[in-house]
Amino acid sequence: MSNTADPVSYLDYQGRHKGILGWILSTDHKRIGILYMISMLSFFGVGVILGLLMRIELLMPGMTIVTPRVYNSLFTLHGMIMIFLFIIPGLPAVFGNFFLPLQIGAEDVAFPRLNLASWWIYMLGAAVALTSLFVGGGAPDTGWTFYVPYSVRSGTNVTLAVTGAFILGFSSILTGINFITTIHRLRAPGMSFTRMPLFVWTLYSTAWIQILATPVLAITLLLVIAERTLGLGLFDPAKGGDPILYQHLFWIYSHPAVYIMILPGMGVVSEIIPTFARKDIFGYKAIAISSLLIAFVGYLVWGHHMFTSGISDTARWIFSLLTFLVAIPSGIKIFNWVATLYKGSIDLRPPFLFTLTFIFLFSIGGLTGLVTGALATDVHVHDTYFVVGHFHYVMFGGTGMAFLAALLYWWPKMFGIMYNEKWIWRSWAFIFVGFNMLYFPMLIQGWMGHPRRYYDYVPRFHATHIVATVGSWVLVTGLLIFAITLFRSFKSRVPAPSNPWGGRTLEWTTTSPPPLLNFTQIPTVTRGPYEPAPTPTGGETS
Amino acid sequence: MNGPSATIGDAVDDTMILITGISVVLLAIITGLMLYFTYRYSRKRHPVAEEVGTSILLEVTWTIIPVLIVMGMFWAGYKSFREMRDAPEDALQVTVIGRMWDWSFEYANGKKSDRLVVPLDQPVRLQLKSLDVNHSFYIPAFRIKEDVVPGGNTYLWFKPQSTGPADIFCAEYCGERHSYMMSEVVVVPQEQFDVWYQSDSAELPETKAWIDAEAAAAQAPSDTDEALSALHKYGCVTCHSLDGTGNKLGPTLKGVFGKEVTVMVDGKEISVTADEAYLKQSITQPAAALVKGFENLMPPPAGMGPDEIDLVIGYIKELK
Ligand code: HEC
Ligand code: HEM
Ligand SMILES: [Cu+2]
Ligand SMILES: [Cu+2]
Repeated sequence: MSNTADPVSYLDYQGRHKGILGWILSTDHKRIGILYMISMLSFFGVGVILGLLMRIELLMPGMTIVTPRVYNSLFTLHGMIMIFLFIIPGLPAVFGNFFLPLQIGAEDVAFPRLNLASWWIYMLGAAVALTSLFVGGGAPDTGWTFYVPYSVRSGTNVTLAVTGAFILGFSSILTGINFITTIHRLRAPGMSFTRMPLFVWTLYSTAWIQILATPVLAITLLLVIAERTLGLGLFDPAKGGDPILYQHLFWIYSHPAVYIMILPGMGVVSEIIPTFARKDIFGYKAIAISSLLIAFVGYLVWGHHMFTSGISDTARWIFSLLTFLVAIPSGIKIFNWVATLYKGSIDLRPPFLFTLTFIFLFSIGGLTGLVTGALATDVHVHDTYFVVGHFHYVMFGGTGMAFLAALLYWWPKMFGIMYNEKWIWRSWAFIFVGFNMLYFPMLIQGWMGHPRRYYDYVPRFHATHIVATVGSWVLVTGLLIFAITLFRSFKSRVPAPSNPWGGRTLEWTTTSPPPLLNFTQIPTVTRGPYEPAPTPTGGETS
Repeated sequence: MNGPSATIGDAVDDTMILITGISVVLLAIITGLMLYFTYRYSRKRHPVAEEVGTSILLEVTWTIIPVLIVMGMFWAGYKSFREMRDAPEDALQVTVIGRMWDWSFEYANGKKSDRLVVPLDQPVRLQLKSLDVNHSFYIPAFRIKEDVVPGGNTYLWFKPQSTGPADIFCAEYCGERHSYMMSEVVVVPQEQFDVWYQSDSAELPETKAWIDAEAAAAQAPSDTDEALSALHKYGCVTCHSLDGTGNKLGPTLKGVFGKEVTVMVDGKEISVTADEAYLKQSITQPAAALVKGFENLMPPPAGMGPDEIDLVIGYIKELK
């Protein structure tokens, strides 16, 4: 874009510190985004390995490779890592950090040092949680939900693991505060709220949930620690307490957290679709408002995790009703995405391919959610493999695919290089087939009555377990091909233009990779985020 | 799934078919349109996109119609659920006791069993009690489930409509042997149930000869029977085998009597002969001397009287 020499990119910029210190002490939102990316993908890798081990154990009835106690720790750690270290912080911490300032035309987030502190707190929390594996009583075996009274009685390192989750919560809260302030204070001239990209809208909704819901989790976890160390008896019926109280407190956070996980993924999809359809998004306002609605109604449905816990019948039907209502905004988004494709000019490139995959898998996740939302059917499938299948379709098929799509979409901008698209297509074939082989049988098993968190099972579930385990191998092969393809782009170094896909949001107006302060000149915004640029320099009139 | 079913199961299945049916149609529409547009408006076939603007009418339509659909689903789920909660007055009452990691059942006449035997076509109401952590009582074939919470007072009911055995699982994670916390519900004809209900044996009456033998035994229950029922009642058999196999949490009880046992007392290894006193101590104060190679997992049996302990010890002595 600029006719003078391009300014030094954030990757080459030499600040006060050299080498690795230049990264882990950098307050540049882009470098922090990359730090999060590296740490998170490493944890994700560990989580996947634990998942694979579980699948091998389940290949045959009885003992295959590990004892019951080890298996119980495997699903606990797998769940904790995937939830607290990957999918909750995931998209906001990596792509939110990197692209929020770029998309609203700012030089950085509002509080760059706080941003770096958030990463350090995140690493501290992760370290504490993972230490619980190696010291004292051994890895926690409570499931990622830490239900009392078992979590109070378990002789394993629950206290340490819970402390880790507690610390991670602070990272989440601080990031939320930072994003909300950034969105309110640092938008470029002319960028009104209705001209903000939809990804920014979802970050905004998510940040509010992070700030308002995470403290509830913090309190709940503190109470578990207090029960374990001081024996207060809040959850102990022998001392006048109530174990169900814990479940309420836990889900008052953890249901909204489900939306922390999925909303930014929906934001990514809302970015990618207009770009590859070369078209303004259909129903911008409907999509933006539905994000806020999801964030709000999401607070009122936590009871649907407790339909069989013994809460009153009245509470059960009210929660069921509200749960069905919260499905509507998600449906609206899907309809608007599909409508955007109508009369577009569609370029089926890898980021778009993974976006279509998101829509398909997330729809299955959402629709199976209706089965768990209806009272009569949930009583049967609650705490079975049906639920395990359902939430992998939502979190992995939804947010996970959105994460992969975001990597593919923004990779050229982040590193200034292109990857080999043919190999990404190949990896996609494995991922798609493997994913459905792995998780679809779980829906069937659940309907057949296979409870979750089961080390061993009766013979009638064997066949479906074999399919799922083979599926996990196919899926991981695909993930490996995907990772290797991206890695190899650092070797082949095919340079990326500043706007390889013809995107219309602000991040595509600066160089790839962007300079330290993002733009040579702060842009002035005169149009909606997905309307074509008024000047012919946009690179999309072909 | 083979085996028996319960009346409520049909209503649940109908709800499932309704929701799944609508979901499949919705998924087909979404995916079909998505793929068709991607094909029809690919850059090759449609090089320049046309802006179509937004349409309030469309937004309202695809808000209202899904609202109506999900309200229908809610109602279907709620209706069958109501049935699930309204237990008839005349239901057979059974108390279910869950603990790490087995189920036991107590009937109104005091009969105890480790599987749930019920008569055909007779409503059964289960009162759920936990002795330790949360469990969840689940009979997949009947489509019913409810958590078993310490201090809680949850219940379930069902009316079996065909005979046979079906699995009972624990569906709420409860520790190491959660996946082994299983039992069986057996639906039998009313007459068979009546004989079983009045007898002292856990076995189901199959033949006339059996019934006669039972009737004789019922008059004079043997020590062996009582000891066995105590071993079941206090959950000993979840952790100890009686046949010499060693795949449970505790050592087998077969042949311990008179054996040299290496135990840990205050962290030190000593060797003792398993006599009557040793067995008594092992049962009443399990932590005092831990058998080498095993962990301190055995709970002192709550509520077990001295007579029962003597009976059990007598039984173990004979178990060679
Ligand atoms: C939760 C599992 C568990 C339950 C329930 C349990 N035990 Fe044990 N038992 C153990 C373990 C583990 C050991 C070995 C460690 C020790 O000595 O405490 C053991 C040891 C013993 C021993 C000593 C055996 C030897 O080889 O020296 C006896 C006798 C015994 N138990 C009897 C009983 C009786 C009778 C009951 C029922 C009232 C019972 N146990 C219930 C786990 C259990
Ligand atoms: C190759 C990838 C994966 C495999 C093979 C896998 C496998 C499994 C299996 C078999 C279970 C069920 C354990 C049981 O109930 O006994 C499970 C549970 C779970 N998985 Fe995954 N999974 C994978 C990826 C993911 C991802 C990407 C996420 C999150 C985004 C995730 C989140 C969870 C959670 C939260 C649980 C519940 C843990 C608990 O019950 O406490 N998994 N996984
Ligand atoms: Cu929820
Ligand atoms: Cu259990």
